[in-house]
Amino acid sequence: MQKSLHIDANKCTGCLQCEMACSYENYGVFNPAKSRIKIFNFEHEGRKVPYTCTQCAEAWCLNACPVDAIRVDVATGAKVVNESTCVGCKVCTIACPFGTVNYVADTGKVQKCDLCGGDPACATACPTGAITYVDADWTGLDKMRAWAGKTDNATRASA
Amino acid sequence: MAWTRKVLRVDLTNGTCKPEPLNMEWAQQYLGQRGLATKYFVAEVDPKVDPLSPANKLIMTTGPLTGTPASTGGRYSVVTKGALTGAIACSNSGGYFGAELKFAGWDMIIFEGKSPKPVYLSIENDKAELKDASHLWGKTTWQTEEGIKKAHQDPQVRICSIGRAGENGVMYACIVNDLHRAAGRSGVGTVMGSKNLKAVAVRGTLGVSGLKDAKAFIAAAAAGKKVLAENAVTGQGLPTYGTQVLMNVINEMGALPTRNHRDVQFEEARKISAEAMAEKRPTDGKSHLVTNAACFGCTIACGRISKIDETHFSVVNKPEYWGASGGLEYEAAWALGAANGVGDLEALQYANLICNEDGFDPISFGATVGAAMELYELGILKKEDIGMDAPFGSAKALCELAQMTAKGEGFGKILGLGSARMCEKYGKPELSMSVKKQEFPAYDSRGIQGMGLTYATSNRGACHLRSYTVASEVLGIPVKTDPLVTEGKAELVKAFQDATAVFDSAGLCIFTSFAWSLADIQPQIDAACEGGWTMEKLGEVGERIYNMERLFNNAAGFTAKDDDLPPRLKTEPAKTGPAKGLVNGIDKMRPEYYQVRGWDANGVPTKDTLGRLKL
Repeated sequence: MQKSLHIDANKCTGCLQCEMACSYENYGVFNPAKSRIKIFNFEHEGRKVPYTCTQCAEAWCLNACPVDAIRVDVATGAKVVNESTCVGCKVCTIACPFGTVNYVADTGKVQKCDLCGGDPACATACPTGAITYVDADWTGLDKMRAWAGKTDNATRASA
Repeated sequence: MAWTRKVLRVDLTNGTCKPEPLNMEWAQQYLGQRGLATKYFVAEVDPKVDPLSPANKLIMTTGPLTGTPASTGGRYSVVTKGALTGAIACSNSGGYFGAELKFAGWDMIIFEGKSPKPVYLSIENDKAELKDASHLWGKTTWQTEEGIKKAHQDPQVRICSIGRAGENGVMYACIVNDLHRAAGRSGVGTVMGSKNLKAVAVRGTLGVSGLKDAKAFIAAAAAGKKVLAENAVTGQGLPTYGTQVLMNVINEMGALPTRNHRDVQFEEARKISAEAMAEKRPTDGKSHLVTNAACFGCTIACGRISKIDETHFSVVNKPEYWGASGGLEYEAAWALGAANGVGDLEALQYANLICNEDGFDPISFGATVGAAMELYELGILKKEDIGMDAPFGSAKALCELAQMTAKGEGFGKILGLGSARMCEKYGKPELSMSVKKQEFPAYDSRGIQGMGLTYATSNRGACHLRSYTVASEVLGIPVKTDPLVTEGKAELVKAFQDATAVFDSAGLCIFTSFAWSLADIQPQIDAACEGGWTMEKLGEVGERIYNMERLFNNAAGFTAKDDDLPPRLKTEPAKTGPAKGLVNGIDKMRPEYYQVRGWDANGVPTKDTLGRLKL
């Protein structure tokens, strides 16, 4: 079963445990500046929103890369940057409509979420369930369940 | 490394910023943050120094667990000699600023001297420089944060700053970071203002790595988070209701100080409680509370984010206050509300916003308003002195006085002195509900006896965050003790004071201690920090820190006489509730406490005690 990250911004408290987990997984350092998932704080609305790569089926970053440095990980469906091939031209950062591929000056390469090979550290670290890793075909399941729970079939149940 | 091992020394007089290595010998004796920065402070500053003179220093400091995934590991503290108290001050704040300072590679910043003109410190990893802040002087903390982010073209920079209160010499000005978190008490912002230091802006991209045993640390941090999640207070009560969960509880106990401690129960407590914050308003059908919020690394998330009622008289035609913002927390709701008899939730939030915006402590401010209202009701202060009618319960007066204090206008200047100096000025020093000139927080010590001893012996003046015996006396954490008796409170207070000093020195939030004991943080500290951090060593560090602070205060001129409560709490019995008829038994507890502490009858640590603690 293919899985994907599922984000419920209403549950995010802005603790940044996900950002620390991401940077530690990829660089061995607790450092939000190196995180591939970012929490955005819309202070005046009281909203906090986690945002990262959605692993597009038709990945614009992958298609734009002139050296084929971005490939599909068949096991997870993640679009993964091969650092040894990446030349740091940044075309993918322009191609991505969502801004989730970014250049890293330290390495001269780009970075993006690779789903940690199928066990995303951000989802494990999230204390509130705002970030989960679920069946890619059923990211709407929880919402469906919530609405289903509101369905009024009491008449039939009692008949 | 848990410690970055780097200290930034900023000479404001000469405009220089120089790095130096952290004293690792001291780190082993004082851990970090509160303990370690206070060690630096007492080693470098004359205890008799005038807090507002250039010879006073101000230290911003992180702990070894700041910037790590340990739950709540995002704290920083400000250590100085307090403007309000003249005692050692250590004010702790969450938000994101502390972790950012750590990520930039600094354990602490020591500010010395006084800048000839307004400046702010800009830090980008190892690059630190003082920049002109003339254009920011006179601006609020909110405007300052926005202005610096724009000027740096960097929305990710984290900022702490003073507002107009810190510039105008309000004696309980605080240092606000991330819009609504604050190093709040004792006037640390007043000291910052006296140095012409407007703000510190930090961008840190180095992160924290090289912990002693990272794998063991992550496992210990995860175990700690599980304990917090499964605890009723940290897992459910605080995230759902915030600290405001206490309003009705403490009121029912008869320990909610009301109208300058004349009463111990507030008839309108429910209207300003967590429950009220969650109810839909008749005016717009929305609840006051928008959401909860976490500080950096915190898995509790007790913070409150609220929206004020746009139709409330305080914010009519002031859209700048209509957005979501921080508050109300229990202490602010009490001080702005019950302490002066105001039961208008929206008015409290407005005053709270002004406190955040212009950087002053809502506890001291609210309590000072309460004292002023009592002076007004006694006829000592007249309408023309204050510029308005100011009886207990006047929401209008509260809101106007908050603005006047922020701007340093009219009677706001007097309120800015704090209750002790104000009541002294009007010949009624006994009406200041304070210890060492710092106002009480939200627990009446007639109904919670241990808090009387806590307040009297707190090294930074009256404060609940030096030994929160409410946990034991009210909530039964770690064991239930009877709040109405003095027996056993000396030992209880000492144990809480010493343990709290360790939490405050680690980079953690004291709210974790509703669920965590030292045994829960010991594995986290030991896995992160070199040096073999056993329970025994941590216990000794906590006690050493408390005694070090005490020695500084003694040298500053404080004596056993200053470990006392205002006469009201010793002679006017509680009128209602479970503590009806009781006064606080401080005179009985004090000598017991000195004995438990190993101090002589004058509150001076004995030679044996100093030797045992290697002081």
